Amino acid sequence: MGAGHAHPLHLDHDSRVHRLPAEVKIVATLLFTIVVVVTPREKFLAFAGYLVLLVGVLVLAKVPPLWLAKRATIELPFVLLAIALPFAGHGERTEWLGMSLSIDGLHGAWNILAKGTLGVLASLLLAATTTARDLLLGLDRLRCPQVFTQIATFMLRYLDILADDARRMRVARLSRGYDPRFLWQVKAFAVGVGALFIRSYERGERVYLAMVARGYNGRLPRPEGPGATTFDWARSAALPLAAAAIALVAVLA
Amino acid sequence: MTASLTIAGLHFAYPDGREVLHGVDLTVGDGERVALLGPNGAGKTTLVLHLNGILHAGSGSGAGTVDVAGLTVDPGDRARLAEIRRRVGIVFQDPDDQLFMPTVAEDVAFGPANLGLRGAELRERVDEALAAVDMAAHRDQVPHHLSFGQRRRVAVATVLAMRPEILVLDEPSSNLDPASRRELAEILRTLPVTVLMVTHDLPYALELCPRAVILDGGRIAADGKTVDLLSDPELMRGHRLELPFGFDPAFAAAQLRST
Repeated sequence: MGAGHAHPLHLDHDSRVHRLPAEVKIVATLLFTIVVVVTPREKFLAFAGYLVLLVGVLVLAKVPPLWLAKRATIELPFVLLAIALPFAGHGERTEWLGMSLSIDGLHGAWNILAKGTLGVLASLLLAATTTARDLLLGLDRLRCPQVFTQIATFMLRYLDILADDARRMRVARLSRGYDPRFLWQVKAFAVGVGALFIRSYERGERVYLAMVARGYNGRLPRPEGPGATTFDWARSAALPLAAAAIALVAVLA
Repeated sequence: MTASLTIAGLHFAYPDGREVLHGVDLTVGDGERVALLGPNGAGKTTLVLHLNGILHAGSGSGAGTVDVAGLTVDPGDRARLAEIRRRVGIVFQDPDDQLFMPTVAEDVAFGPANLGLRGAELRERVDEALAAVDMAAHRDQVPHHLSFGQRRRVAVATVLAMRPEILVLDEPSSNLDPASRRELAEILRTLPVTVLMVTHDLPYALELCPRAVILDGGRIAADGKTVDLLSDPELMRGHRLELPFGFDPAFAAAQLRST
């Protein structure tokens, strides 16, 4: 199911991780991230252990490391903030390459960098192995409120159409000599955005009419299909359980 | 012949006071294919939305009755309205309005699922409807990735899956290339349902519908054999209907009979 619902973060091939039902992957990713976040920041070895776990998933999912690394750069803007911390931090300071750095700030930066990177990598692995459609199905099976899954389902369907509309309007603007260079030329663009909004709004009404004509009464039918088996849950529990074990050992040792 | 659809004395005015229907009377027999012709603004879409109770006297001001195979449309009776919406399958003009689910199969399943079908029965309906429009191979595709003609065919399937009594098509040939237009005609001709086709495409009406009615000024202005209506230049001019350049309805009808 969901063929063609690829998104730029999805890696379209088959692997053991790809075949797992989406709901168990979502829960596993969430639990893993929680374990990572609650780990005390000075337990450096624990973070290394988490990274090893993720590398294991990466190998199982047959995701090329470089492919993943490229997409992980999404994290960079957030990490930039962390770089400032050692310079701006207070308390005890240390000298390194002639720079005065705050130890507390260094810990803070490490905290953001390590936990952020692990979280981003885990999410990217989830995205790489699950199509957008399956993610929604998984959320639906996890009893996520239908309002959210319905809105997301419609967005998934109509985002492309909206983008097409916008592209056609842009081509039509350019064809009539529109060549925006200066700020005061933004008016045509702004009006275009307004027109796009009205169009989408009207389409919403027509879609609703078409739905009512086919007996819609406020609930989308729940997608059928086999849910996750106990075996699937057990297999995907391996990641968060291993992470939790690492965390426990690190804290107790 | 029993009647699939009986409309009697239908009047309607929108809440803003715009009067659209001024007493429409129309009977469509079981298994008939009828073209509903008329200029823009004649009230065709308003009439169509009355057929399954989306518009009714209460949504503006109006009078008259609509019967679908013996059931009178009554907006107050929800159970009956659900049955009427099953019996009247409307295929809207823009397939992107009609196909809102992420995949073709899920969209076709939407209507029957609303009727309470589940499991194997639901899958059977979906397969049957997709096979009827020759789109079974595309069941797991995203509607956005289909061609316009394919999307229109899927839109027809979404309605067929509800096993309707009467199929109402709003401009079925609009925006189709000639080959898709012909393919759709071939499919429509084989469907064992009553068809009411709203269209500006007069050759298409002649090709598919033996009978035609002209709606103008909120009334049925003419009702007869399609070839007779199209061959009456005065009638056509009077209702802002025009044949494509060089099209001879009598010749086309003779050709149709011989094939």
